[in-house]
Amino acid sequence: MGKKVAITGMGIISSIGKTVEENFAALTEGKTGISTLENLETIHKDAIKVGEIKLTHAELEQLLGLSSDNNYTRTALLGAYAAKQAVEAAGIQSINEFRTGLISSTSVGGMDMTERYFYEYFQNEKVRKYITAHDAGDSSHKIAEYLGLEGFVSTISTACSSAANAIMMGARMIEAGKLDRVIVGGTDALAKFTINGFKTLMILSDTYNTPFDNHRKGLNLGEAAAFLVLESDEVVARQNKKILAYVSGFGNANDAFHQTASSENGDGAFLAMKKALQRAHLHPSDIDYVNAHGTATPNNDLSEGRALLRVFGDTMPEFSSTKAFTGHTLAAAAAIEAVYSVLALQHNVIFPNLNFTTPMEEIHLIPQTTLKNKSIHHVLSNSFGFGGNCSTVIFSKN
Amino acid sequence: MDALKQELKSKIIEVLNLEDVTVADINDDDALFGDGLGLDSIDALELIVLMDKNYGIKLTDPKEGKTIFQSIATMAAYIDANRTK
Amino acid sequence: MKGCYINGMGMVSAQNLFETDFLETAVPYTTENVLFAQQPSYKELIPPAMIRRMAKGVKMGIYASTKALNEAGMENPGAIITGTGMGCVEDSEKFLKTILDNNEAFLTPTSFIQSTHNTVGAQIALGLQCKSYNFTYVNGAVSLETALMDAKMQIECDGVASVLVGGIDEIAAHTLSLYKLANIIKTEEDKPYSVINSDSKGIVFSEGASFFALEDSQKATTYAQIVDVALRNAMTSNQVTSFITNFLAANKLELSQIDAVVLGNNGDVDYDDYYEAAAALFSETPQWYYKHLSGEYNTASGFGLWMAAHCIKKQQVPSVVKKNSLERELYQKVLIYNQCRGKDHSLILLQKC
Repeated sequence: MGKKVAITGMGIISSIGKTVEENFAALTEGKTGISTLENLETIHKDAIKVGEIKLTHAELEQLLGLSSDNNYTRTALLGAYAAKQAVEAAGIQSINEFRTGLISSTSVGGMDMTERYFYEYFQNEKVRKYITAHDAGDSSHKIAEYLGLEGFVSTISTACSSAANAIMMGARMIEAGKLDRVIVGGTDALAKFTINGFKTLMILSDTYNTPFDNHRKGLNLGEAAAFLVLESDEVVARQNKKILAYVSGFGNANDAFHQTASSENGDGAFLAMKKALQRAHLHPSDIDYVNAHGTATPNNDLSEGRALLRVFGDTMPEFSSTKAFTGHTLAAAAAIEAVYSVLALQHNVIFPNLNFTTPMEEIHLIPQTTLKNKSIHHVLSNSFGFGGNCSTVIFSKN
Repeated sequence: MDALKQELKSKIIEVLNLEDVTVADINDDDALFGDGLGLDSIDALELIVLMDKNYGIKLTDPKEGKTIFQSIATMAAYIDANRTK
Repeated sequence: MKGCYINGMGMVSAQNLFETDFLETAVPYTTENVLFAQQPSYKELIPPAMIRRMAKGVKMGIYASTKALNEAGMENPGAIITGTGMGCVEDSEKFLKTILDNNEAFLTPTSFIQSTHNTVGAQIALGLQCKSYNFTYVNGAVSLETALMDAKMQIECDGVASVLVGGIDEIAAHTLSLYKLANIIKTEEDKPYSVINSDSKGIVFSEGASFFALEDSQKATTYAQIVDVALRNAMTSNQVTSFITNFLAANKLELSQIDAVVLGNNGDVDYDDYYEAAAALFSETPQWYYKHLSGEYNTASGFGLWMAAHCIKKQQVPSVVKKNSLERELYQKVLIYNQCRGKDHSLILLQKC
């Protein structure tokens, strides 16, 4: 026990860029990826805004160099694209050289194809190849196959905290000496299914989402994939690897309050943050920046805000939600925000919480609204999902 | 109005899957949420769809539901005044 | 390092075993290509206000988990970890159908909320008011095995005293017809169905829920210790031997020290070579099987684990699960091997306490 978990590579594709560099540029320039939906047919098209990746299925297939008989869904395509970047960034030549694992996460899996061909499957034999691409595990198998990875492959699906939990499980497996190296993250494509789902919950905003603002109207859905390469001390030492940051702490707790809503005082969120700090052997005052979940729904932001105040009290560090840039990318959210947290550490910079104007009337909590340079050693990142699933991961420079 | 109230009761039982409840169990002035019938926030969203689908009433803010969905009586009154079908 | 012990179990499967101790009334299925799980009575267990929104998978999960918790006398587990291959597919389908059939109008949230893969784990936590660690793995035929592996790490590395682990998969109508379309399920012409020496492709499709209350110490109800779990995403049938022998070597065991091997034979002739390779390796060892009783689904291996744990505790093996005629005086160490369609290979090593 007590092994350090190093991050040696990252890959990302989101509505603000298809590389780590592009994402960083957009974050520092304050350029949002929220737009009008193009790649998907839905009656809600003009009533919502989304964080959509402006690449079609065919364009993604081409980017990956897949043959025409492939049955990758959009979730798998995005995941394979981001995971490949991460592996390359980590300078991995031979993927199975060490005991290597993949822990991905997704909420919709292959829903984009299922909703397209749900009835057509019965008439059109050509599209039937996608039937077995529906389940969440299939996207992870595709990513592993694309990387040539043979070994431990699994998938976590705990709604919007999924990728945080993938990072957590990966870090634990390295700490326990079960794996030497693990690629962790998440991928989720936009789908009619989730657009309509969040619509029925009446938590979709009809305009740009405004995290932590008193007049927030709800979230914008987004799509993305991001992966981190985590490696053990031994691998890092043996290959003289450049370390981007460390995963230093993490915690998961259940709110056990309601199937979708967060409890008034954010009990689950509070517990998750406490556990993560404890695991990292850090005090709240050691945290230099909080990348909040901040979905911009009335319920989440107030509940998370209360939990943050319970944890940090008078020592609340700068915090922001980057969802005004990317939208809420569900299972991938914690993975892209992990990349942003590492970028914050690397560049000593806090990314702005866009679209904030009026503080919430219930509590005193004001996010960082401009780009700010600051020496950053520890970043705490929150992600919460349906079913009361609350996760926190802490990233550290040393 | 009474017919509408009866209709509402049976529709609510049906869409909310209230297996052990009958129309006779619900009084017009019983609280639907909390201590009364014990409905919750998810049920409120179901009721919003029920209003749209059956009576052509569109509620866009879940908060509006709070006053409208107090009881069968308040719901029926609102529907009577605002229905488009 | 603490050990990981199975101290309680609960099961809902294609077999009606609610009133029996073990497999006394179990019957092999040969004439149906889809086996629906036998449903217990849920009324005594789940309050009406909750049950009205629950799909079959959630109910099966609540039932099986309650049984496991009660048997172990576990009130508030230190972690709840579930595995499911397809998740809450009944509610997913219901919601998707409404979207497509009504052109995205008049949708209600209930089935969407219930469609998330972690619904069962979340509902159990809600029912127990359990704020502990709560994870859900969704990776085909290793969904339950990953949950077990995580649970073992919770107990052995993270100092958690008790973990509730379970696997749940439900059959939903549309998915079932798609699976038939994709030739995943055996056809009428393939009757009678058999999981060994089968000459037809595909599987007999089923559903179920199995839950295990794991603790860091033994007690009167202990069935067995989970010694190790290993997973692998893909391999050729030629690699099965090394997968197993490497696993045994890592546990400092010889082949001959395994007293019984539980094989997940599902009668899919296209992938039988994997099980044949494993069976050949253990030609001198008692072999048990179970999918003729449970059918095949992503978390069917939970039935195999449940069966093996029972056999170890009782030191008796019902003839209905014997795949060969070999026997041992003592069943000390039992190995479970499972794969589905050449993917998601897993090994679980159990030990008598």
